[in-house]
Order: sequence, then C-alpha cells, then structure tokens
Amino acid sequence: MLTYTIRRLVLAIPTLLFISLVIFLLLELAPGDPMAQVPLTVPPEVKEKMRLALGLGEPTHIRFVKWMWQFFVVEPMMLIDHVFGTALAEGQQRVLSWQFRSPVMDVIVQRMPQTLWVVAMSYVVGILIALPIGIYSAYRQYSVFDQTGTFITMVGYSVPPFFSGVLVIVIFSVQLGWLPSIYDTTLKVVDWQTFKLQLMQMVMPVMVLALQTTAQISRFMRASMLDNLNQDYVRTARAKGLSEWSVVMVHVLRNSMIPVITVIALGVPSIFGGAIITEQIFKVNGLGQLLITAIEANDLPMVQTVTFMIAVLIVLFNIVADVLYGVFDPRIRYD
Amino acid sequence: MTLKSLLLGATALAGLATVAQAERGADGHVNLIYWQAPSIMNPYLSGGTKEVEAASLVIEPLGRYNEKGEMVPYLATEIPTVENGGVAEDLTSITWKIKPGITWSDRTPFTANDVKFTAEYCMHPEVGCAQLAKYEGVTSVEVIDDLTAKVNFAQPTPNPYGPFMGGQAPVIQAAQFAECLGARAQECTDANFGPIGTGPFKVDEFRPNDVISLSANPNYRDPDKPRFATMTFKGGGDATAAGRAVLETGEFDYAWNLQLAPDVIANMEAAGKGVAMSAFGTLVERIEMNLTDPSPSLPEGERSTAKHPHPFLSDIRVRKALSMAIDRDLLVEVGYGKAGLPTCNLVPAPEAFASDNTECLTQDIEGAKALLEEAGWTVGAGGIREKDGKKLSILYQTSTNAVRQDFQALIKQWWQEIGVETELRNISASVFFGSDPGSPDTFPKFYADVQMYANLFDGTDPQSYLAGYTCEKAPRPETQWQGENINRFCDPAYDALVKELGRTGELEKRAEIAKRLNDMLTKDSYTIVPLVHRGRVSARSNTLGGVALNTWDTELWNAADWYRIK
Amino acid sequence: MIDAPKPIAALTDTGPTAPPRSQWRDVWDQFRSHRGALIGSIVLLTIIAGVFLGPLVWPYDATFIDIRARNQGPSWTHPFGTDQLGRDTLARMMAGGQTSIAVGLTAMLLAVVLGSLVGVLAGFFRRLDGVLMRLTDLFLSLPLLPLLLVMVLLFREALNGVFGPERGIFILIVVAIGVTSWMPTARIVRGDVLALKEREFILAARSIGTSNFNLITRHILPNVMSPIMVSATLGIANAIITESALSFLGLGFPPDFPTWGRLLNDAVQYLQDYPERVFWPGLGISLTVLSINYMGDGLRDALDPRIRGR
Repeated sequence: MLTYTIRRLVLAIPTLLFISLVIFLLLELAPGDPMAQVPLTVPPEVKEKMRLALGLGEPTHIRFVKWMWQFFVVEPMMLIDHVFGTALAEGQQRVLSWQFRSPVMDVIVQRMPQTLWVVAMSYVVGILIALPIGIYSAYRQYSVFDQTGTFITMVGYSVPPFFSGVLVIVIFSVQLGWLPSIYDTTLKVVDWQTFKLQLMQMVMPVMVLALQTTAQISRFMRASMLDNLNQDYVRTARAKGLSEWSVVMVHVLRNSMIPVITVIALGVPSIFGGAIITEQIFKVNGLGQLLITAIEANDLPMVQTVTFMIAVLIVLFNIVADVLYGVFDPRIRYD
Repeated sequence: MTLKSLLLGATALAGLATVAQAERGADGHVNLIYWQAPSIMNPYLSGGTKEVEAASLVIEPLGRYNEKGEMVPYLATEIPTVENGGVAEDLTSITWKIKPGITWSDRTPFTANDVKFTAEYCMHPEVGCAQLAKYEGVTSVEVIDDLTAKVNFAQPTPNPYGPFMGGQAPVIQAAQFAECLGARAQECTDANFGPIGTGPFKVDEFRPNDVISLSANPNYRDPDKPRFATMTFKGGGDATAAGRAVLETGEFDYAWNLQLAPDVIANMEAAGKGVAMSAFGTLVERIEMNLTDPSPSLPEGERSTAKHPHPFLSDIRVRKALSMAIDRDLLVEVGYGKAGLPTCNLVPAPEAFASDNTECLTQDIEGAKALLEEAGWTVGAGGIREKDGKKLSILYQTSTNAVRQDFQALIKQWWQEIGVETELRNISASVFFGSDPGSPDTFPKFYADVQMYANLFDGTDPQSYLAGYTCEKAPRPETQWQGENINRFCDPAYDALVKELGRTGELEKRAEIAKRLNDMLTKDSYTIVPLVHRGRVSARSNTLGGVALNTWDTELWNAADWYRIK
Repeated sequence: MIDAPKPIAALTDTGPTAPPRSQWRDVWDQFRSHRGALIGSIVLLTIIAGVFLGPLVWPYDATFIDIRARNQGPSWTHPFGTDQLGRDTLARMMAGGQTSIAVGLTAMLLAVVLGSLVGVLAGFFRRLDGVLMRLTDLFLSLPLLPLLLVMVLLFREALNGVFGPERGIFILIVVAIGVTSWMPTARIVRGDVLALKEREFILAARSIGTSNFNLITRHILPNVMSPIMVSATLGIANAIITESALSFLGLGFPPDFPTWGRLLNDAVQYLQDYPERVFWPGLGISLTVLSINYMGDGLRDALDPRIRGR
C-alpha cells in the first residue's frame, strides 16, 4: 500500500502540471476583460494602458512560465522566509492579483478563517448528521423515520441555497431578530462572549450548507447499506449469533463505506472552493466569494491560483479515497 | 463589540468632562455596507466606483462637487475661476491655492509638492492610471510655493477642472508613494491598501473585497470632526441583502446604490428602521441602435462595421417607430419608481445642458405602425412586418440584471404590437461590459441589432461624453473593437460641432452646442433612444444624520459631517 | 438409451403450473407493488402531462404581459397569481416545467451514462484506470464558469446555425451541464466496481468464460445500480438548478423564456411580499425530484433478485 501511495503521489506531479496548463489555457480562451468593471466613463485608450500595466501585453506562454515561477518557486520561498525569518524571496515578484495589486497568497490566507469556520464546519456537521440518518433509514427501510428522512433530505436538496438562505434570513433575522444577517469577518474569538457571537453568526450559513451535504451523503449511505443488508454474509453473521449492533455497525457498515468515502472525499476540495451562493447571501466573504468576484473581474492570476490549489486538493483526496478503499476492503489490490 | 462599548464608555466620560457636545469621535461607531466590495484604496489603480467611494473617506481632492453639482473648495482656499484670476485668460492654466495648516494623518504638512507628485504619478506612462482622462492635456504641474500649484495645459481648456477636482482625482502623499512611480505602482500593496490622507478617516485594516476598518483621523483639519470614532465599511453580497440590513434589521447605518424594484424598497422601508434616499445625476438607461449590419453571415471583421449598413435600422423611420412604441412612464414605474424619470435626452442634467426634448414621452403605437407602413414594411405571416422578403426581426441584447430583463420583456411586447419580431439575449455583465476582442458578446462589438445599457459622465461637463460619438471613435477591427461610438454614428456636421464645443469657453454657448449635439443623436436621428434618467438610491438608518446624497461626486463626500441622531 | 428407473414421486418435477414469465415481467410486478414507486410515477406523469398538455387548454401565454394585472394573488382568472409584469404564473409554470423537466432529464441521463461508462471502464480495466481517473481529476479541477463561457463562445453560433436558436441552445445547455457533472458518478461507480471485481461471483463468472462485455452488463452493472440511481435523482435537482444559474449568467435560454429555476430565482426578491411566488416553482422542482427518487427506490428494489418475489 505504501509503495502504491508513493507512486500515486509522484505521478500526481505531472498530472497537476498538466492541469495547471489546461486551466491557464482555458482562462485565456474564456471571453472576459479585467477592465469590465471599470466604469464606462474611463475612455478605451486609458483602459488599454491599464491592461498593459497588468502585463497583459506579454504573450501567453511567457505569462504562464512567469506564473509557474512565481507560484512554484517564489511563493514557497516566501513561506520559508515567513517561518524561519530568512530572506530568500526578497525582491522577487510574487503572484499579484489584478484587482488588489497585492499578493494573491496573502488574500487567500486572510480568507481561510471564515471559510474553515463556516464551510468546513458545515461539512463536518452535515456528515455527522448524514451517516446515522443513512444507516438507520436503510436498517428500517420504509419505516416512518425513513420516509420522513427521505422527504426532508430530498426537498432540502431540491431547494437551492439562494432560496433557503434568504428564507432563514427572513425568518430569523428580519421577523424574529435573533440572528445577525451579515457575517462579521473581523470578529476575533477571545472569550465566551465573542464565541457566542461567532456561533450566532455561523448558525444560519452552516445550517443551509449542511442541509445539502446531509441530503447527498445520507442518500448514498442509505442506498449502499440497503445493498449490503440483504447479502448472504449478513445472514451468516446473524446465524453465528452476533449481536444486531455488531452485524450492522461492523460488518454491513464497513462494506457499505466505499461509495460514501468516494462522496466525502469528492466534497472535501470543494470546501476550499467555498460555497459561492451561501457566502454571498450571508456576506461570509470566504474563498468562494473570492473566487467568484475574481472570475467576474477577470482577475486571472487569482482565479488561476485558487483553482490550481483546489486542483491539488482534488488530486490529493482522490488518492486518499483510493487508499481508503484498500483499508475498508482488503480485497481491493492495486499492485 | 467590546471595543465598541469601550469607546462608547470613553466618549461618554469625555462628554461629561467637556461642555461641547460636538466633539471628534463623540458618536462612536458607524456601519456602512456596499454590496460591491472595494478591492483597493487607490482610485488611480482601479477606477471602479466602489474604490473611488471608499478612498474618498481617506484621500481628498482640492475641490469637490456638492449635492447640487456646484464646485466647493476642500483642500483649496477657493475654486479658481477666470474672474478671481485662478484660471488664465487664455484658458491654458489653472492655479490652485491650498488652505494653510493642513496636515496628513501622519502629521506631516500637506504641500503643493504632493499635488505635483499626484499628477506625475497618474501621468507616468507605466502606471496604467485609471483616471488618466482627468489629467488629459496637462503638460506640467508647477510648484509656485508651498501652498500654490499651477497646472499647465497644452491647449486652451474651457473646463480645467479635471485634475484634483472630485473623488476621482484626489491628492496622494508624495512621501508615501515616492517609491511607487511607474511599474512599481502595482507592487506597493501597503500604500495602495492604506493610503495616508487628509480626509476625516484613516485606514486601520483593509481586507480586499471584504471589509475595511477605519478610525477618525486624529489630525483632521476640523478639530470637532468627524463625529464618529470608528467606521466599519463592509462589502459583498447583493443589493437586496444590503437594503435589508439597513431598512429591516437595522444592523447597518448606510447602504449604497440599492438597485431594487421600487415595490421591494417600499416594503423594506415600511419596517421603519431607515429611509431610502434618491438623487439624480447624469445616468441614462438607453437603447442603442446598430447602424451597421451585425448579420452572422458576414465574414468576421466585416460584421458590425461601416462597410455594411444595417438592412433596416439605417432607415430613420424604423428607428423612430421603435422609439414611439415605448411607454417610458410605465418603464419607470416598473423598474425604478422614484429613482427614475422618463427622458428623451442623452444629457439629462445639469439643467443648463439638458435639452427641452419631450416628444418621445408619449407612447404612440398607431403612429409607429403608420410610420412603418410608410417605410414600406407591410404585415406578413404571424403579424410580423416584411419588406422585399425580409422580416422585421431584431436581436435585442443587454446585460444580466433583473430590471433590464423586465424592460426587455415589456419592450418586446410593444414592438410585437407594431409588427416587429424580437429575440432577446442577456449577457453576463463581466463579459458584456468588457472589451475582449475575442468575445462576440461585448457591447462595443455590438453583434446585435439593438442593445440596452446605462452610461453617464463624470462631473458636470458633457464635452468628452458627447465627443465620443464622432466618426473616428467607432469600434472596428482596426481599433481592436475599442471606441465609445458604439452605434457607429457618423455625421460630419456632428464632428464639426464637437470641435466647436472644444473651442468655446463661454458657458451659455457651450450649453447651446451641447444641446444641439444631444438632439442630433436623439430626436433628430433616433440613433440613441433614451429611456430612463436613472437616479441613485441609497438607504440610511433613522439614526444617521448629516447625509447628503451626492451624485456628482462620491456619496461619502461629506462623511466628516455625519453624526448620530440621538 | 437405457430404461430409466421408475422415478420417485417426490423427486419428479411436475412441470411448471404457471406459464413462464420473463425477468422483466417480474421486475414490473415488483415495481408495481412498491407503493412509493407507484405514487412517484403517477405524480411525475401528471406533472409531465400537465406541463406539456396544459398550455393547449390554458388561454394565457407564458410571455404575455398584462401590465394592469401585475402582482396579483391567486384568483379564478389567475389561479397561481401573476408576476411583477402581470404575466400569468400558471402559464409560466407550465412553460417553465417543459424546459426544466426536459433539461433536467436529458442532462441527468447524459451525466449518469457518461459517468457510469467512465466509472465502469476505469474500475474494470486496470489499464484504463490511470488515464480515465486523471481525466476525471482534470474535469473536477476546471473552473466551471470560465469553462461554460468558453463552451458558449465556441459552440453557440455553430449549434444555432445547425439546429436553430432554440434547439441549439437546448443542446448546448444539456451538454454543458452533462459534461460538467459526470465526474462524481464516475468516481463512485469506479469505487464500487473495484470492490465488486474481487468478489467470488465475478471470479465464478469469469471461470466459465463469460466475456468482458457480458461480465459488465450482467454482473457488474446490476450491482452498482443503487449508487447510480441516487446519482440520478440528485442529478435531476442539480441540473434544474444549474440551468437557472446558467440563464442568470446569460449563458442559457433567452431571458423571457421561463424555467422553474429562473422563476424561483426571480421570486426570491419578492419572498417577503409575495411568498406564493416562490412556492410554485419550489414545489414543482421538489415534487419532480421526490417522485423520481421514489421511482428510483422502486426500480432498485425491483431489480434486486433477493428482494424480488419476497
């Protein structure tokens, strides 16, 4: 397994380089103009000069090589400088955002806390709710619990966050006045009081996002459990006199985990892609908002960097999922 | 929260100690929400409205326009004019006198050197300055003495109030930006995010596209102002949410530019936490006619160029009929409410420059039908007019925006009534308003028959705005599809009149020429069909005082005067 | 031929009493006895009939504006009320349903077929695994919005030219949604196939010389049906919502062309003032997704020989 993992990790490098090239070319080809948000009162000649100042006059391949150098060499050096106090990257140009004229990495780091608080938290909450629901729904198929669970999750999944988000704001912020409708990213949790404030502003976005995760994962969990509950080995296990708990929670669950692991692993990178609509509705301004505003403003260095970092996570978590398959089902062999 | 209550406590104590209530910082904290978040605090590098507005809290120009569009001195002692000798008789220079005793927020004195530096910074060829148009024609800025700066122009300039006037051209500190000239401008993150200014507030923390924390400038020239000690400037979300935060939940004190349906705003106001204010500038929502043929059957490079005139929109009777079929009052009622006025003018304001053109305001479906009949278009199959086997069918594009889509639906129905078939298309604003020469969907490329959007001019003088419609400003392949003359309008008489406007200094004559130019584009040719003179709607909470909504400068122009109503 | 010994009565087969039944007949019987599936099918058929046949009898056109009748609540003339321009909501629901259901079903089918194909091939043939999964990684990594913009840029005019504007944009949208949403299905199916491939029954089938094609269609596919079904139900909801996001970006149908997703999107602004306006499109989408979900459940049970006949 270890050699397999190492081989996959080494193979990931050329894959990622290729992906970065494809993303770059895609962004080049996409229609768009970093000057689209500049008011129409700014004359076209001035806009042309602004484009040149951003480095858009250079040919595509030069810009790609420059980005590669800045991202793979200068940024890691910056990190080393930051940790060890050295000055390796001094005077080197970093990946600069076209909107902010500031290093892309600084802004990404700035957006991390709220993304982790809200999006990652909702993912964890969603999974924690989904697994028991999925397991129990399958175990008691067509029971009242199963029917209600199915109904709520499916309605929850078919109602998009642009609606459910506004709905909870109208109920809890406007009508009841319990929760703030605007997320305060400057809030620092230092004591009990601020922790409470942080919880209050997190509740609604986490709820809205977790609904989607729960719906999706519980459906896969249920389906996969159902497939396994009728297998012969379950009968054997029961016949052996194993307790119902260990039959379901050990034998069946373990064998049902493969699709669920896939779905969970697929979702992790998207945490860092942020939740575009939900972030927008609650003004969380995390990575999702960063990415969508960068796309709208055609801030190519920002889009390229964020998407590439998500790509790294995608590749990485797919490897993790593949390794976990082997752990859960030792019959799966890659060598 | 703790900081806020601490400050409130501190200010309450201070209030007891001194007699004067109107003291700097006495009113605690104020919350602003802009649903489009500022990405940088340097308007010279961005040019976006949101950045100009945010920066205007910190850096100031020598003079501003007030809410009536009149010029008022800020850092200058007075507005220079020919009468007071500030502007040279031959209109080739303007001399600004700076108020004595002004300091930057870091206590260093503000001098004419900073003024000169600002012009150098923006006019440097490698900066890519967004406000370069403000400095058009400037040859040099001379420092006469510490408090006097003279701006020289290459040619007589009837409107010398481009540089250092209004929120788009504020003065930046020479000491802070000295290292940021030319190509280095892009890398000066600290200066770009936290410029040192003379304005009422200074930046404590700037988070791009998210939130700005500001506090009162301790060295602001008026010792009693600003009344707020701290300010949070939150960005992001959408207009509905911003309006809700001010008008319904009361979490925020001020929300900028609420582009919402009038009944939605009215219902929000009914919650009683705040008021929506509106004011009118020069923004006009209009339909523009393509005078060239956008047919996809033409080879790339000839499509929508002067080589091929439009098969039917080149006939003024068709254009006029399309305009006559529109009920502008209803459009205003549906889309803008009290933030809109029906108009027939491209230049709707200021009053001196607005033509008395009202002919288009009454809808006339029958007249439009008769006009089309007269032009030879007869009703054919499916109620669609035809002439020589060609159907009167129009592709009508605009950017994605709820109000614009409602307008499209309404206008399509009116045009259908007069026998014109309309295909609608909406395009994402980031593509439509861009000018990527590779994209077929940008507004300068105009691969459609008619398109709708809004445009305006800065300040109070429409000269450069009207000058955009001369023949050579038409976007075409040779110009990489750049140019302001989107309609490909071309009339030598118009070009000559624009030249005359550039030579005329006398205000009355200028107004007269501007009106003639406006009429040539609108009621004489129906090249541009104005629909709505759009105002700006912003909301403030009931407890925020001193707000004067200004459409001629930034909305935050008088943030120093804002206070808390107790 | 040797004389057979006298058969023992208890061991003789007494010939089938009932006529032979095909497997599909069994499947259908099982499906029919599944209450959820039956109700789901009826609801879905009703919705489909309603949106496709309804406009034939309903007098109002979905795009007709009656500005004097705007913002009306439910009444006899407009049972679902009217919108901010006075367009009849029932007519818009029917017209929108046609598009949404058509887009949802086709895009979902495309994504599921593509995803299952890639997943089965990658899981079954080790040699294809690397290439196909790297391709999946690539597609998962591509930023959706620029990808869609590029697709529109490259193919809109061409498709419009060949199929006409309406069908052209339909194909473009379906392909755009399908091509950008097959990856999760592929990963999930592959994971299951990897595990199934090592089971004894596959080994048994292989040992009697079953061809790869038969192995996949007869033994692998039926056993990965349930995750595929779940992907399909979730995929429908996704496709309907994605379509509305596309039209919002100006990449979808013309702006006066109603779809459920767009109706819902437009109505959110009026959530407080006219809550019924969000209700109808929300109900339409939810009902469709729910009924397909139950049908999927029933189909899954019906296809499982262990459950069938019990």
